[in-house]
Amino acid sequence: MPSRRAFLKGSAFAIFGVGSMPEWLSRSVYASELGGRRKKILVAIFQRGAVDGLNMVIPFAEPRYYELRPSIGIPKPDGTPQTAIDLDGFFGLHPSLAPLKPLYDSRHLAIVDAVGSPDPTRSHFDAQDYMESGTPGLKATTDGWMNRALPKANGPVSPVRAVSLGANLARTIRGRNDAVAINNLSDFKIADPHGASGFESMYESTLDTMLHGTGRETFDAIKLMQSIQKQSYTPANGAKYPGGGFGNSLQQIARLIKADVGLEVAFADIGGWDTHVNEVTAQPSTGQLANNLSQFGQSLAAFYQDLGDRMADVAVVTMSEFGRTARENGDRGTDHGHANVMFVMGGDVRGGKVYGEWPGLAEEQLYEGRDLTLTTDFRDVLGELVAKHIGNPNLKAVFPGYQDLKFRGLLG
Amino acid sequence: MRNRLLLGFVLSSVTLLTAAAEKSKKPSNDAALQAKLFQKKLTNDQQVLHALDRLTFGPRPGDVESVKRMGVKKWVELQLNPERIRENPDLDAKLEPLESLRMTPLEAVQHYPSPQMILAIAQGRQPMPDDPVLRASIERIMHRFKFQQKIEKKNSGSQTGGPAFDPNAELEPAKRLNEVLTPDELLIMKGGSPEQKRVLFEHMTPERMDETLIALPRPQRQQLVPIVPTAARRTIMLLNAPQQVVAFDLLDAKLLRAIESNRQLAEVMDDFWFNHFNIFYDKASDRFSIPDYERQAIRPYVLGRFRDLLEATAKSPAMLFYLDNFQSVRPDIDAHDKSRKVKRGLNENYGRELMELHTLGVNGGYTQKDVTEVARCFTGWTLFEPRRGGGFFYNDRLHDNGEKIVLGQVIPAGGGMDDGEKVLDILATHPSTAHFISKELAQRFVADNPPDSLVEKMAATFLKSDGDIRQVMETMLTSREFWSQGAYQAKVKNPFEMVVSSVRALGANVSDAFALANQVDHLGEPLYRKLEPTGYSNLNSDWVNSAALLARMNFALQLAENHMPGVKVDPSRFGDQPVAAAKTLLGRTASPQTQNGIQKALSEQKQKTPGLVAGLVIGSPDFQRR
Repeated sequence: MPSRRAFLKGSAFAIFGVGSMPEWLSRSVYASELGGRRKKILVAIFQRGAVDGLNMVIPFAEPRYYELRPSIGIPKPDGTPQTAIDLDGFFGLHPSLAPLKPLYDSRHLAIVDAVGSPDPTRSHFDAQDYMESGTPGLKATTDGWMNRALPKANGPVSPVRAVSLGANLARTIRGRNDAVAINNLSDFKIADPHGASGFESMYESTLDTMLHGTGRETFDAIKLMQSIQKQSYTPANGAKYPGGGFGNSLQQIARLIKADVGLEVAFADIGGWDTHVNEVTAQPSTGQLANNLSQFGQSLAAFYQDLGDRMADVAVVTMSEFGRTARENGDRGTDHGHANVMFVMGGDVRGGKVYGEWPGLAEEQLYEGRDLTLTTDFRDVLGELVAKHIGNPNLKAVFPGYQDLKFRGLLG
Repeated sequence: MRNRLLLGFVLSSVTLLTAAAEKSKKPSNDAALQAKLFQKKLTNDQQVLHALDRLTFGPRPGDVESVKRMGVKKWVELQLNPERIRENPDLDAKLEPLESLRMTPLEAVQHYPSPQMILAIAQGRQPMPDDPVLRASIERIMHRFKFQQKIEKKNSGSQTGGPAFDPNAELEPAKRLNEVLTPDELLIMKGGSPEQKRVLFEHMTPERMDETLIALPRPQRQQLVPIVPTAARRTIMLLNAPQQVVAFDLLDAKLLRAIESNRQLAEVMDDFWFNHFNIFYDKASDRFSIPDYERQAIRPYVLGRFRDLLEATAKSPAMLFYLDNFQSVRPDIDAHDKSRKVKRGLNENYGRELMELHTLGVNGGYTQKDVTEVARCFTGWTLFEPRRGGGFFYNDRLHDNGEKIVLGQVIPAGGGMDDGEKVLDILATHPSTAHFISKELAQRFVADNPPDSLVEKMAATFLKSDGDIRQVMETMLTSREFWSQGAYQAKVKNPFEMVVSSVRALGANVSDAFALANQVDHLGEPLYRKLEPTGYSNLNSDWVNSAALLARMNFALQLAENHMPGVKVDPSRFGDQPVAAAKTLLGRTASPQTQNGIQKALSEQKQKTPGLVAGLVIGSPDFQRR
């Protein structure tokens, strides 16, 4: 019987070759660390385009909110569908996020307000870059915070330790540790078996460094997927993911988690949040923001339901590159702003609360007279997750240059 | 022999170093080595392949020989002057049915109604069109709308944004299927193979085809989309989802032109500039105005004057809509209007992206204040009936006529439309713009990290020639850095380049490009559908990841083995000899690793799979580079 060492990535697959990986290998080897503690999983969701946090989590008890947003403000909660959903007497959820209210009530969803990146840029491109790299203001960073967050592996390293959903490998997850971009688990293979071993040989041996690296990751992941592909997937506990790319991404992640193949960090994104016009049209439940939040909320709720007990090991965090102007513009929309909102969801989250220090919306309280002022750095939220959930205490390396990282007590 | 060994060594170190530079953590040694490589000349054979790789979408069989015969210099000069090149008549024939591409936004709106448009016709605000197919589609949808309205009257209550379509409601066709088709034809429609159905449609007159498609139930019609010829597919789109016809035409044309045009550099430049001045197809009215945008605002200027290109995009309905400038008005416009609950105002989107993405670049030296001032200058640059395909017009009522200061330059009050023109003048002649554009061109055509020496030369030409793109390209294409080992095979093909170069290398015949466009999407670059104004990346690292690589390998095998709908490949053309096949497809000798990989696959074959060798070459690491 070969020793455990022999099954380290690379050598193991050479012994077994393509298409003959034993099922027990894929499951048990990566499922747990030495000592039997089940691996924790962190899922990061990026809302691309700068979501309007002030309409996602409404400070309905602030009269100024309604002064600044006479036509696109979400009405105060009164139990009817077209009003905000009361959370704590001050903040309310956008009605399209109704599926997440039970998670808040059962204390598995925490919200952080007036949070984001301190960098003043209002360029989508730059701000996304800074948030994904975890180093606001620094263009030279080439990798992402999530890749640096991965702790040193003790034991075999799963080829799908770090997964980005979609056809592109997200910036957040790129770096020294191998990360894989996956579109769909069931299609992750060479369809024509005659080509498989030929391609594998080429990419294993090519002198083209970039293609060699990615090639190797690809083939290692293919082998792992084979064991997962054998069974079709039905979401558990009656969970229903909505149609669309985001729902599908979360479903793929849930499937990977349940397959116990050593997933540790996953990333997915959802776009369309750049609501300069028609953010809110005739009613709160119409308009671009409501449509997007519907998909967003339903997908997250389905994910939570689907995972069931496994949610104990999982934490999900959402973020967006910056928020939007406190004042509505002339087109039933908002322009680029500053501070925003983050959601943190999961088994060890101390939910049922809105964290952060609310800075107010009076003229003098607005950043540059136009945006919500920042009172919590996004790295405080991510840092606590990295240290306490993933278990990597080396935050100076994960968020270089950030001196005053402060935990906010999000995790219990 | 010695030279070949030396060459092989140099080549592999180039690829190693170029690729390593991406993941390198110790820049100094590699940088010095890189700089040397950008000064190191190419052999004559390498020059020929390099010219084809960079100025076209990839060599076809016979291209290497014909460029050699003409001489690289002469060939490059010709490509820089596309009007001297006679276009491929087959291409023109294939583009003919794609009529939405020739339409103005207004014509497109009239021919391909959106749900909002259908609502307008149903409510009597717009007349019913004459064209029978268009009429049938509108009537059918309207019927559903009425149907839905009946239901909604019953459940009084929540309002929705527009008519929701009940998939079960169907309008009675004028002629039933068994009145249009013969019994034999009916049998094929009911149970024939996709190929049989395709042949059936290919032999029908346009009128019969229309009647057949109208008579089919919607789901059956939809199933025919991947099977039928282009003309039939367009009719199905018209009946099922009119507003998608334009998307199909755009994709078909873009693929066909890239594959078959003789004016290859012009097509590459079209792709480059469209991406630079990106528009997202799925933003409402943009879907009607993109054909007009590409035809009028981009293509005429691809090798022309930058200032002309800039102005054409600034005044284009597509851009005015995409970046919201048509709605940007002077901030005080509604100050005294008490009846307006929602005050209109300035929209900074275009002002910002004009500087950040179109001209100066994010580090080009503008401030937030400049963004606001530029936005003020462009107030009044708007559209007639934006959601119904209206054109550009300048409305002085909406314009902020105060004084502005843009990048330190005073634009006096009362300038009217001239304010915007002045901004375009300032930006088009700014040194940051010269640098930004030159660098972008160098990243696309030379290498991800082009040498500063080259970018500076190009920027200098830009400024001296008043933004003449052809001259800037000439500077690049006569530079040592372009024809160097540092540039050779330094770029990884993006998905579009990968798909097109594969089809060209295989000498494939494309009857329609629908399936190919889907592949480009699958590889990670949905055409015309980049949401952000930044457009798609020009850099290698953004395209190389596992999902993409896997998709490329699968695509290569599917294409070469002749399983791609709408594309005919002769799989036996390249034979079973790995070395020879690879040389033909790559235009150069394949790496030993690729040759070994192919041998391995052949040795494991139980029976011959035609096209396997070609597929393995197309999916190889070698073929991913250009």
